[in-house]
Amino acid sequence: MTAFVPSNILAILPEILLLSLGVLVLVLDPFWKEENRRLNLGWLTAGGLLVVLAVSLALARPSAPVLVFGGMLRYDLLGFAFKMLFIFGAAITALFMMDVEQVGRRAEAYLLLLVAALGMSLMASAADLVMLYLAIETTSIPLYILAGFLTGDERSTESGFKYLLFGALTSAVMLYGFSLLYGFSGETSLYALAASFPTFSLLALGTIFLVLVGLSFKVSLFPFHFWAPDVYEGAPTPVAGFLSTASKAAGFAVILRLFTVVFPSLSANWSLILAVLATLTMTVGNLIALAQKNIKRLLAYSSIAHAGYAMIGVVAFSQLGAASTVFYLIAYILTNLAAFGIVTAFGHVAGSDDVKAYYGLSRRAPTLALMMMVAFLSLAGMPPFGGFVAKVFVFAAAIEQGWVWLAVVGVLNSIIGLYYYMTVLKYVYLYRMEGEEEEKHPIPLSRPYAIALTVLTIGIIAVGVIFAPWFGIATGAAMNLF
Amino acid sequence: MQFPILSVIVFTPMAAAMLILLIKSERKNEIRVTALAAASLALLLSLWVYFSYDKAAAGYQFVEKYNWMPMLGISLHLGVDGMSAPLVLLTGVVMFTGVLISWGLDDRPREFFAFLFILASGVFGVFASLDLFMLFFFYEIAVFPMYLLIAIWGWIKTREYAAMKLTLYLFIGSVVSLIGALVMYWQSGLHTFDMLALEQAAFSPGFQKLWFPFVFFGFAVLGGIFPFHNWSPDGHVAAPTAVSMFHAGVLMKLGAFAALRVGIMLLPEGAKSWSWLIMGLALVNIVYGAFIAMVQTDFKYVIGFSSVSHMGLVMMGFSTLTRVGLTGAGVQMFSHGVMTALFFAAVGMVYDRAHTRDIPRLGGMVKPMPLVAVAFIIGGLVSMGMPGFSGFVAEFPIFMGIWQVRPLVAIIAAISIIVTAAYIMLVIRRVFFGSMPAEFEGHIGPVAVQDKVALVFLCVIMIGLGLFPSLMVPWVQTGVQHLLSLLGGA
Repeated sequence: MTAFVPSNILAILPEILLLSLGVLVLVLDPFWKEENRRLNLGWLTAGGLLVVLAVSLALARPSAPVLVFGGMLRYDLLGFAFKMLFIFGAAITALFMMDVEQVGRRAEAYLLLLVAALGMSLMASAADLVMLYLAIETTSIPLYILAGFLTGDERSTESGFKYLLFGALTSAVMLYGFSLLYGFSGETSLYALAASFPTFSLLALGTIFLVLVGLSFKVSLFPFHFWAPDVYEGAPTPVAGFLSTASKAAGFAVILRLFTVVFPSLSANWSLILAVLATLTMTVGNLIALAQKNIKRLLAYSSIAHAGYAMIGVVAFSQLGAASTVFYLIAYILTNLAAFGIVTAFGHVAGSDDVKAYYGLSRRAPTLALMMMVAFLSLAGMPPFGGFVAKVFVFAAAIEQGWVWLAVVGVLNSIIGLYYYMTVLKYVYLYRMEGEEEEKHPIPLSRPYAIALTVLTIGIIAVGVIFAPWFGIATGAAMNLF
Repeated sequence: MQFPILSVIVFTPMAAAMLILLIKSERKNEIRVTALAAASLALLLSLWVYFSYDKAAAGYQFVEKYNWMPMLGISLHLGVDGMSAPLVLLTGVVMFTGVLISWGLDDRPREFFAFLFILASGVFGVFASLDLFMLFFFYEIAVFPMYLLIAIWGWIKTREYAAMKLTLYLFIGSVVSLIGALVMYWQSGLHTFDMLALEQAAFSPGFQKLWFPFVFFGFAVLGGIFPFHNWSPDGHVAAPTAVSMFHAGVLMKLGAFAALRVGIMLLPEGAKSWSWLIMGLALVNIVYGAFIAMVQTDFKYVIGFSSVSHMGLVMMGFSTLTRVGLTGAGVQMFSHGVMTALFFAAVGMVYDRAHTRDIPRLGGMVKPMPLVAVAFIIGGLVSMGMPGFSGFVAEFPIFMGIWQVRPLVAIIAAISIIVTAAYIMLVIRRVFFGSMPAEFEGHIGPVAVQDKVALVFLCVIMIGLGLFPSLMVPWVQTGVQHLLSLLGGA
């Protein structure tokens, strides 16, 4: 283990900057007048996050993987790539939060968002059980509060509380798993643990199960997906978007690291378990999504299903598999943020999250409808959008390792997915509003939404068409694991 | 480096679609003119590609290759051979005439042309793609806009149902093929999606026999093969005229072509061992499709099922795996594309004026629209396989090919010629001749000049090809030669 080295600061540069930005938000907030708060806070957070992103990209790119801070963190491309994703996701979420009643004007909301992003960043690079657990809790607690942020709204309170209860329970189970892991070896460092992890015993398998409970909750894997629809429905929509993208990706970062670094000796066993879980997650998510009448619940079930697709890459347990999962998450974060952003923008004007409220949207707001089509088709896995390439890569990774049946399950599921995404698009493009006077009910997009949605739409197409550089990043991240 | 003509062809419609989306939606005439200009450009370029294809040199020409993702061996690899050059031309023709026919469309023409052109880009891309990954990429791009085109601008009674059914059928087919393609990719061990390399991969016979049905039938769904043909007549009927033309004229060829290129060319041993099944199903297509067409009372369903029947001939030509049979199938893809585009254009013109497609209620249409009647009759003669028209050039070799392989099948399939003649003549008599019902007197206006241009253009192609088969057959023969070498024959 190394002692403190000043250059190690670079390893946590994004985290330091995130924290400074949070402090800045808190310090400046009291000096602003009430009417300026919304704009100032939102632009400061989003702009600040962009600066964090740019500075980190310029200065803090890792070269060879190295353990830093006494083995607490690993400074590698896997962690770094995920950090950049979280910071990007948080910046977009900050833009989306600006117009939400009771959220956009409150400095606490932005601070909590930043702290959650900080926790996620630590999750992605944690190389020690203690650090990992702390990071997971640092992520979760701000998110519990954010989910229940609309204090006057019963559903939001319920959402926050439900998220807290589920989270606390699964986190406790996971902690028990961590303690068993420590018991095997007397080590807390993931990389030291790996050496003494047993090749096979029921206890070891049981430990994997316990750890998996907590992580399944994070990524909403079956059977720990029940919280997602209720929480997403009640939480402020941008927060739901953040939960379903960045928070899920953070869970996957941990899953990738734990399963490939700590448990490789049991890969034959856990691959099958994860394959079954992925199958159930995709199928349950997609089938229940078919019946949804509320767009946020529909997206919640769809995001459950997407956790299943992303899991296929982990099941493959290969460099290509890990890379395809990372690529999947890149495409998915862009796409799902766009979907939730559109729902936020629409809900803000229309005041409803009912799928039927979307009747005639293509006449009310042609551009928004077009963006919605891009996002939903990308979710469905249609080219030239990111979702298509991402799906092909995870299926290719599965087939490479002989998981043909899993790929077949995946493609069958994407057909179900296509059906319900198209149903929503049908309302948007085909159906008319009652009274057929769509021109009188436009959906104006405020500037933050317009910017965020444009960036995301271009991103979805860029990932879907020019996929080689993104896949290069994903492969670089995956190489740190194998 | 030579001029990258194929990428220009593939991306012209896409660029035009983006351009059209930038025009304000009220400026409908600008939108139409832009669309026509882009379609004309695509047509001219595809004509140029077709006629400057060097038949003596054969093989893949106008090849362009850009490494898109070297890590997995994905490249944007474009090129045409004797099989695909006619189909690129066909797409250009249908795109051009489709824009002319849709000139009068008034409901959101901006989105209509944009979606139609995105679809056209996908179609060009599939025909010109020599990379398996890109083929799927373009294939899916070609499938989805169809949903919107049918669902938004289609026939109000069935459009939602038909559009959803079509999209799900085609998507299921394509993902099944995709699994097969990914299995091929890993099995080959070449780490490339390049089809020229995969052609030489020499998969074991057992592997080919196992995976051929998935790959072939997954694509053949779009080719309308029995029992997966059901989406097609519904889709044809629900679609607006230009979309029906694209759908039956080009899109179904996309399925047949992809089944040929990925199924038969990459897994030739599999094709040999499964050809009996393809032949059997195609026979059902041909005969059953023709009989069902005969009993339809909806004008458009007649043509829809006639497409099913004629696409069966294409599949039948494939299944012979002989030189004549494959040549016939190649020509039939082009000939049927032009013919069916003409049919749907004519049906659309009648429907736009009479507001019904119910055959018993129609009659006497020859008087107000003589040109449409003549064009429809020419199309009918092509459909029946009359000498002097392109249909004969296509169908005669197919039947010869079947005769060489299985004479009995040829005899049964020949029944369809009689049935086809019967339903075509019945439709012509009932719709265009006889007395015009009183309700239509004075209500049937003349057809617009753009429509006339489109009809004449399509007729000229069919007659030209019928009189001068050498304008296409040598092209297709070079493609077939390559196919046969993969099949291990001459």
